[in-house]
Amino acid sequence: MSVFLVDAPLPYCKGCGHRLTARSVVKALEAVDASPLDVVLVTDIGCQGIVDRNFATHTVHGLHGRSVALGAGIAMGMAPINIGMGKRVIVFIGDGGATIGLQHLLEMARLNVYMTVVVHNNFVYGMTGGQPSGLTPTGYRTVITPEGNPLPQHNLCQMVHDAGALYARRVIGQGDFSDAIREALMVEGFALIEVLELCPGHGAKRNPGMRLRDLAERADCEPWVWIGGVRPAFHLDRREGLPSLFDEVPSVETRFTSSLERRMAVLVSGSAGEGVQRAAEFLAQAAISCGLHVTKKGSFPVTVGVGFSDVDLILAREPIDYHGVSHPDAVIVTSADGLRHNLERIQAMEVGTVWLDASLEMPETGAQVRVVDLRGRAGPRSAALYGLMVFARETGAVPPEALIEVVRASDIGDRVPSEVLEGV
Amino acid sequence: MLSLITNKHRLVLIDGSRLIVEACAQAGADVYVGYPITPASLIYTYASRRFPSVLAAPDEITVVHWMAGLSAAGRLPVTATSFPGLALMVEGINMAYMMELPMLIVLAMRLGPSTGAATVGGQGELIFLNGLISGGYTLPVFCIADMDDCWRLPPAVLQAAVDLRSPVVLLTSKEMVMTQRSFDLGCLADIAPVQRQFYDAPSPYRSYDAGGDLVPPFLPVGNPDHQVRLTASTHDVDGMLRSVTEGVLANTRRLQQKVEKEMPILHDLNEQAEAETLVVAYGITAGAAREAVATLRAQGEAVSLLVARTLLPIPHVYYEILDRYPRVVVAEENLRGQFTQLLYGQRLPPGVRRVNGIGRMVSPERIAREVRSV
Repeated sequence: MSVFLVDAPLPYCKGCGHRLTARSVVKALEAVDASPLDVVLVTDIGCQGIVDRNFATHTVHGLHGRSVALGAGIAMGMAPINIGMGKRVIVFIGDGGATIGLQHLLEMARLNVYMTVVVHNNFVYGMTGGQPSGLTPTGYRTVITPEGNPLPQHNLCQMVHDAGALYARRVIGQGDFSDAIREALMVEGFALIEVLELCPGHGAKRNPGMRLRDLAERADCEPWVWIGGVRPAFHLDRREGLPSLFDEVPSVETRFTSSLERRMAVLVSGSAGEGVQRAAEFLAQAAISCGLHVTKKGSFPVTVGVGFSDVDLILAREPIDYHGVSHPDAVIVTSADGLRHNLERIQAMEVGTVWLDASLEMPETGAQVRVVDLRGRAGPRSAALYGLMVFARETGAVPPEALIEVVRASDIGDRVPSEVLEGV
Repeated sequence: MLSLITNKHRLVLIDGSRLIVEACAQAGADVYVGYPITPASLIYTYASRRFPSVLAAPDEITVVHWMAGLSAAGRLPVTATSFPGLALMVEGINMAYMMELPMLIVLAMRLGPSTGAATVGGQGELIFLNGLISGGYTLPVFCIADMDDCWRLPPAVLQAAVDLRSPVVLLTSKEMVMTQRSFDLGCLADIAPVQRQFYDAPSPYRSYDAGGDLVPPFLPVGNPDHQVRLTASTHDVDGMLRSVTEGVLANTRRLQQKVEKEMPILHDLNEQAEAETLVVAYGITAGAAREAVATLRAQGEAVSLLVARTLLPIPHVYYEILDRYPRVVVAEENLRGQFTQLLYGQRLPPGVRRVNGIGRMVSPERIAREVRSV
């Protein structure tokens, strides 16, 4: 018995093509001089998958159609220390699994993951009664297509070749085809072998007299080899000594004083792409520089460049547990998008102040409304920052010089026009 | 509680995502498998700069299978997603649970159903998670309640994944991972890397032989010393697919037993001796609950607060706490009170109230109002 097997009788029906495929794989492994524990055999759901009990290799038995992705994870996890040192992942999958997991095959070929996929293509889902798969040839009779499968089959080898596989090969699953598998195992990248087989229980019975070679010829799926361009196998980088994410966060010194007496909620509302979030971030940092606690809750549609862009800011002398804002104390509105999105909240205000861009229609509200030509004086992209400068100067909640310092120290500090910060 | 290092302040404006990713990296999680989805994408972005290894998967089904493969090979993988991604991962998480593969899935919850509103928060996945493992087994689920938790929970949860040999879920919300707050980085405690040992005995390795314990030792596939067999199908202690026998079923039952017995219990209980009302909250609603309780106490009302961080399996100590109070108010941001249902069933006992809502955070005022009305 081969060192790759722990149990010689393979668990297949009499005449099943899977048996020849398993034997050829074992013979190919012996030919490449691998040792059993250098090999991880990943099997799919289906008859081919019950053979892992016979193997002396590492074995992993996964889900239907997902063995290629699972095997790729193993291959990437073992790399880079094992690639080229004899470690290899072999995936067994049927034509049904290849159909449901088609994207995994294409993606692993595109990535060129170092693995060998053996597709046991017996044209049917054997374990569930013989239904057709995406690899069932036209005319092939199955349990649900007794008159013959009306649809064409995928050319799987061509597909993975087009996706970037280094090696794809279709063989007739008769006799000894271990040389073909050995050749695939020698490929340091993604390789796929499609073995055409007959399922004695569901294929041969419904297609009496069918010969594999005739079927392959008639279905235009004859043996062939597809050789891809040379490129390195996917390599999962392992980066050491990366800097902390905190290194890129600016520290804020507390060197200013706020006149804030009680917790204040500030709503900044404008249009996406006009710097609303960044402007509010500056105000939040300026508030921290005054020793205040602050939260900044952004709201915007998923299409980040279109529609409204809002920020609810809370400034407080005490820690803030809850950062929701029902009724803002101060509102800065820079655009029609912002006004439209927050009209109800503004209308519900009974006190507080709204700084409203001069281009906008005056809302009905109990708040005091201060009309300012935010967009005209600062331009659309700086209107929010300008509005917050106005807010800072008129409330003293955050001193203007604190906000100016934060902006000037930022990566866009030298690009913000001085009239935006100082010309209020 | 978080140990404080107060002699060196470093004030910053920061979001929860950055804390979570930095904490994972310092704890020794070494590979992040990403697929973008709002509101978890910020975690993906930070991870791409901080994790030793990063993979960009083509879909969430691939994410979880790559994670399973990486975990089988001895890596400690992390991903973050939201409900639509989690839904695609369900079969793969079941596989990883059955294979007993450690991994961390951060779930940033958002408003559903379906794609819902991606940039609006929510707490709507707890019941889904409670039934996620086929057959009624419990997937370990923890929940971040505040910014400190963004730092201290990832290492604890990663350690739990390793100790339990299981996928674990860390719940959070759009409101935690995308909202920025003033924060003192100088207060953060050092993180000790996750402690992990692989099987190193000379005798043959049996993948699911827990010996006298409930968690079997782990050994990566591909190792040169022992054969490793992993399978998602019902199996014996050797990892061999078997027909259903009492021995095989005992191995399957062990999956639940280990989670029930070995799961860390993380919670905060702030009790007042004379209080007869207990407020219960988790996740993003915990902040509102804290504020409500502070307001009530300032007004002279006695009230206690339980903030749950271990959510599933529900720790028995929670029931002991609940039983001490004739009045309980459970607050959470979903339609019908999912944690409430898990604690009490569909029919609430007298004295138990729930405060729920969708589309916006539950406010402290609503919680306080409910406490006063009980």
